[in-house]
Amino acid sequence: MQIKPILSALKKHRLATFLIAMEIALACAVLCNAVFMIANRLTAMNLDSGVDESSLGAITVTGFDPAQATDLNARMVAGLRAVPGVESAQVISSVPFGAQSLVAGISLDPSGKKTPAVVQFYQGAPGTIDALGLKLEAGRLPATSDYQPLSGQEYFPAVSPVLVTRALAEHLWPGQNPLGREFWMAKWQFRVIGVLSHLSVSQYTEYAEQGAEWTVFVPTLPGGQLAGTYLIRAKPQDIESVMTTARAAVAKIAPEVVLDHENSHSVSFLRERFFRTDRAMAGMLVGVIVALLGVTALGIVGLASFWVAQRRKQIGIRRAIGATRGDILRYFQTENFLIVTFGIALGMALAFVLNAVLMKFYELPHLPLYYLPVGALALWALGQLAVLGPALRAANVPPVVATRSV
Amino acid sequence: MFGYYLDLALRSLKRNKALTALMVLAIALGIGTSMTTLTVMHVLSGDPIPQKSAQLFRVRMNVFPDDSFRPGDKVPDNLTRRDVEALLRDARADRQAAMSAGAMVVAAQGEPLRVATRYTGADFFPMFDVPMRYGRAWSRADDASRARVAVISSVLNEQLFGGVDSVGKTLQVGEQSLRIVGVLGDWNMNPRFYDLSNGQFGDSEQVFLPLSTALDLKLSSSGSTNCWSRTNDARAADAPCIWLQYWAELDTPAKAATYRQYLQNYIALQQQAGRFSHAGQAEALDVMQWLDAKGVVPADVRLQTWLALGFLGICLLNTVGLLLAKFLRRSGEIGVRRALGASRRAIFLQCLVEAGVVGLAGGVLGLALAALGLVLVRHQPTDYAAYIHMDLRMLLATFVLALASSLLAGLLPAWRAMQVAPAVALKSN
Repeated sequence: MQIKPILSALKKHRLATFLIAMEIALACAVLCNAVFMIANRLTAMNLDSGVDESSLGAITVTGFDPAQATDLNARMVAGLRAVPGVESAQVISSVPFGAQSLVAGISLDPSGKKTPAVVQFYQGAPGTIDALGLKLEAGRLPATSDYQPLSGQEYFPAVSPVLVTRALAEHLWPGQNPLGREFWMAKWQFRVIGVLSHLSVSQYTEYAEQGAEWTVFVPTLPGGQLAGTYLIRAKPQDIESVMTTARAAVAKIAPEVVLDHENSHSVSFLRERFFRTDRAMAGMLVGVIVALLGVTALGIVGLASFWVAQRRKQIGIRRAIGATRGDILRYFQTENFLIVTFGIALGMALAFVLNAVLMKFYELPHLPLYYLPVGALALWALGQLAVLGPALRAANVPPVVATRSV
Repeated sequence: MFGYYLDLALRSLKRNKALTALMVLAIALGIGTSMTTLTVMHVLSGDPIPQKSAQLFRVRMNVFPDDSFRPGDKVPDNLTRRDVEALLRDARADRQAAMSAGAMVVAAQGEPLRVATRYTGADFFPMFDVPMRYGRAWSRADDASRARVAVISSVLNEQLFGGVDSVGKTLQVGEQSLRIVGVLGDWNMNPRFYDLSNGQFGDSEQVFLPLSTALDLKLSSSGSTNCWSRTNDARAADAPCIWLQYWAELDTPAKAATYRQYLQNYIALQQQAGRFSHAGQAEALDVMQWLDAKGVVPADVRLQTWLALGFLGICLLNTVGLLLAKFLRRSGEIGVRRALGASRRAIFLQCLVEAGVVGLAGGVLGLALAALGLVLVRHQPTDYAAYIHMDLRMLLATFVLALASSLLAGLLPAWRAMQVAPAVALKSN
């Protein structure tokens, strides 16, 4: 197939060629970045919470007198354990994807001048680690004596042995052994006794200067500030019905408190709700991509059809002097391939410009290079599919057209 | 003449239905998505209190001691109780109110209710044009005497008292009882600009009571609290914590300027008093500046808007291409018209009318698509979803955008069409 005659034909239709190429270029830029954003959302949605989500749930109550915390905890735990299907019920400060609590900046020296990380503290009674299903990677789990009571309205014991996640340890002490290290939050001191594989924060925003897994587990005895949220474990197939029963049971267990309906759900439900906006955004991006490719394809079909109609006579002449149907078909296919290639070349540059703008305003990472060839392949395929119909129509133009005068 | 062009345009569009449908569809898709996202932007970036947004000012200060002060940091939104009390004492604005959000549990038949609360001053109600259904707001004297009074929303009034005039009845909060002095009419600010830290969109609070009373009763407050050193009570009069929001009403620009000067003087006095050695910062932002500074429009929405506009751009390019094909295909016809005496201008206008008809048709279909898009937006899990609706301005904007973009798309093809040389076109026919 000779390219030169195609090029000289395109030269006669510079404007239309340029328009289609620009359309392809814009489509290429938006396509690459939109797919990239979808991929980013999906990665965020795959966050490993580190807990046995499918077996867990949380019950949160408010409106109680802090002085009654110990008594309330005892009644709630006993009452919730009595709910049929509940395998364990523990006092906990918060659960992944639940209400945010105890988020604070920590420092590596007592003066507290520098805060290298903002972390979430989880507090839990003995048995919580087992119930959550946390995996220990190094060090040891807290012994019974490590669980200390909270006095008055204090948030933590004066000095606590704690578990930190691998991600937080790597952030605070890169490449070093975190075991035995210490850090501070206000007047409270913490010493690392173990490292957890994963444990995600409750409410994660990608824009905050906070890691999704920068968490600390502080073994604490229930009472004082540690009251009002209860971790429930049940068989995965029972968890939703158990949670329904548990929510209803609160009114009988502690009639004086208010059930926080918003935050009393299974962890699976909380997770689903937490990522709902991301899913919606990803869905909308998919919609944009589909509409975009559709419109681009229709544009190609429209213009190619016009060209075929315009060149009927020339096609007829070519056929009359010996060109096969395949030749005509390939002519239009090659022509489309050339225009799309031109558009893609422009589009790649545009994609990077768009990515740079997005990085500036939306803290999106760099567009990986492999998106470009994939995007190019997609657009080439789209172009070929779109032009197939008009090209086949061109190939069916009979040679006899050459002898007719309009 | 316009009528004739319109007739020609309709005939021409009817001749090639597939191509016409394609163009209308492209414009409609572009307009539909753009108008959906623009409507969301319009609602989110709208003025929640247009009659007063230039007279209400959010006061912010930076009074951090030197070891917590970092140059270049943003001015904190909230104030310490110490500064709030000083500003309230001076009372240099026409009206002023300090406030904080809170939550409390009120006794009700059956389950106790947890209600969102606002602790503020008497000026709050006239400042923000809060309508009263029954009774009235409390007075400045009530603020001073820490009166046990409350104003409740009409929703809570419905829940607790069945919607009757409940002025004079009591609201039981734990051991304390508050006397109801007023019931709000319908009042919802969206975005809730007076306090953006506790949900930017949503219903107004259920209970309002004097800040002084709330402090006296040690009711719990919620929202951002930032302390720079250890304290046992972040709400104490001299606590090193910023947690209170402060609004001032200044009825004229001159007063606003005077008030800003007063704030500068206040900060300078604090510096001289030895609270800090840096220059300190104090500013008063009007409602729109404040909304702008807080970035109420979510990043996702901005992104969607840009995506939609980019999409509209692609749709328009598409339309340009198709119109070009359509007009040039009629070169013969145009040649005849030119030969019979039509001027280039006449050809140009005729083509633009045709483009405009396509645009209007696209606008109508686009409006339907936008309505569909907005239904989808309202089903999104966002706190603003319920407040998104299309108003008359956006409705008109839809047609203006559709017409403008189709005329824009028609410019180039129409230009090319009028360049058709009559002789050549007639000959090649």
